[in-house]
Amino acid sequence: MTKTFKRPDGRKPDELRPISAKVGVIPNADGSAMFSFGNTVAIAAVYGPKEHHPRNQRNSAKGTLRCNYNMLSFSVTDRIRPGPSRRSTEISKITEWALEPVVMIDNYPNRVIDVHIHILQADASTRCAGINAAIMALAHAGIPMKDLVSSVSIGKLDKQLVTDLTKKEEDWEEGEGATDIPITMTHEGKITHIQLDGKIGTKQLNEAVELAGKATKKIYEVQKKALKEVGGKE
Amino acid sequence: MTEKAERKIVIPGEVIMKGNDYLPGEGTEKKGDEIVAMKYGLAEESRKLIKVIPLSGVYQPRRGNVVIGKVENMTFNGWILNIGTSDNAFLSLMEVPRYVNKDGLEEVMDIGDMAVAKIWNVNRRGIDLSIKSRGLGRIDEGIIVQINPNKVPRVIGKEGSMIKLIKDETGCNITVGQNGLIWIKGNKVEDELYAKKAILFVTEKSFISGLTEEVKKWFEKEKK
Repeated sequence: MTKTFKRPDGRKPDELRPISAKVGVIPNADGSAMFSFGNTVAIAAVYGPKEHHPRNQRNSAKGTLRCNYNMLSFSVTDRIRPGPSRRSTEISKITEWALEPVVMIDNYPNRVIDVHIHILQADASTRCAGINAAIMALAHAGIPMKDLVSSVSIGKLDKQLVTDLTKKEEDWEEGEGATDIPITMTHEGKITHIQLDGKIGTKQLNEAVELAGKATKKIYEVQKKALKEVGGKE
Repeated sequence: MTEKAERKIVIPGEVIMKGNDYLPGEGTEKKGDEIVAMKYGLAEESRKLIKVIPLSGVYQPRRGNVVIGKVENMTFNGWILNIGTSDNAFLSLMEVPRYVNKDGLEEVMDIGDMAVAKIWNVNRRGIDLSIKSRGLGRIDEGIIVQINPNKVPRVIGKEGSMIKLIKDETGCNITVGQNGLIWIKGNKVEDELYAKKAILFVTEKSFISGLTEEVKKWFEKEKK
């Protein structure tokens, strides 16, 4: 099965697209980062900890992490209407949940940390690129964290599991069609976020998580390198 | 004084040291028998204590810091200063070294004035300031330069070597606030601008080791 399977861009099933990462791309933000998977490019800016407005949303027990995911209108082939949408509010919330287990916000009561994620170019896996950029930006902003997280999307094209889907693969129609599973993990392999869009059996899902573990290790190394590089210059 | 021999950049979740010989300090955590970084920054070891010095991010107010702020508001018994932190800092009337009439608060400091103050307490409610020491109080003349608060240690230098060099070379009086604001007061505006240029040079080249020597060379070049 593996031999006959061919991905549209000629990658191996467990091969990632070329990844690049850069820290400190937005000088006016307290922390910022850029992350890309092939043609998918995300930038993230972190502001804070700062005073939380509106006041009624303040939490006096611990700080608040507020994410804002935004796809720019020119990021896809058909121009999308700018501004918040159902999809972007959902992904913003998902990103918050993916980051919250590692970010230590207990020491910032009545404060908020704002994370703004912008997708400059979209070619699937945008939420994963967004999470990867966001965690680097948070580290750059000096926010205490237990660990870094790395995110990757695992797909099932017909019956074959593949790593890091592109838009073309996401729209796979042969056989059983495409299943998209974005997974976020710490570098120790603990899952902070997993989503599933499609159909998959439990056995194959376990395989998918294993595959994600390998992929996130590679992504972690890139994130680590990017953070260490900028430290020498700034 | 310890040398800066073991200094490396660490990222959150990275193991700095294994074994039980060292103690976890600021920005680190003990996990089993490993000391793990919680912040992104430079890991430093001194007297068996490992801590992480942040390289970026917002200014974290600390007790004893000298800061420069702008008067944002006045209450019946003090002033509220903005020192670049998420909560405003309060300077009480009690912390002014001389008698002030409660109707004449603006005579000491008015809204919009800049002041040098010392943090004497940081608690949940906010930051308390004091101007009860020498060199603190309202700023009447000179210029103020803003830099990244994380670069303040470089501008001051080891035991104040850098700031002393800039002071000697330019003949200006310089007060560095830990929050990244720097007050320069000289006899002439030219001197002040010269000092500003030097400080901005330091912040630009802050990643070079042996920076004080580099700045000395820079001053020699500027003189010609």
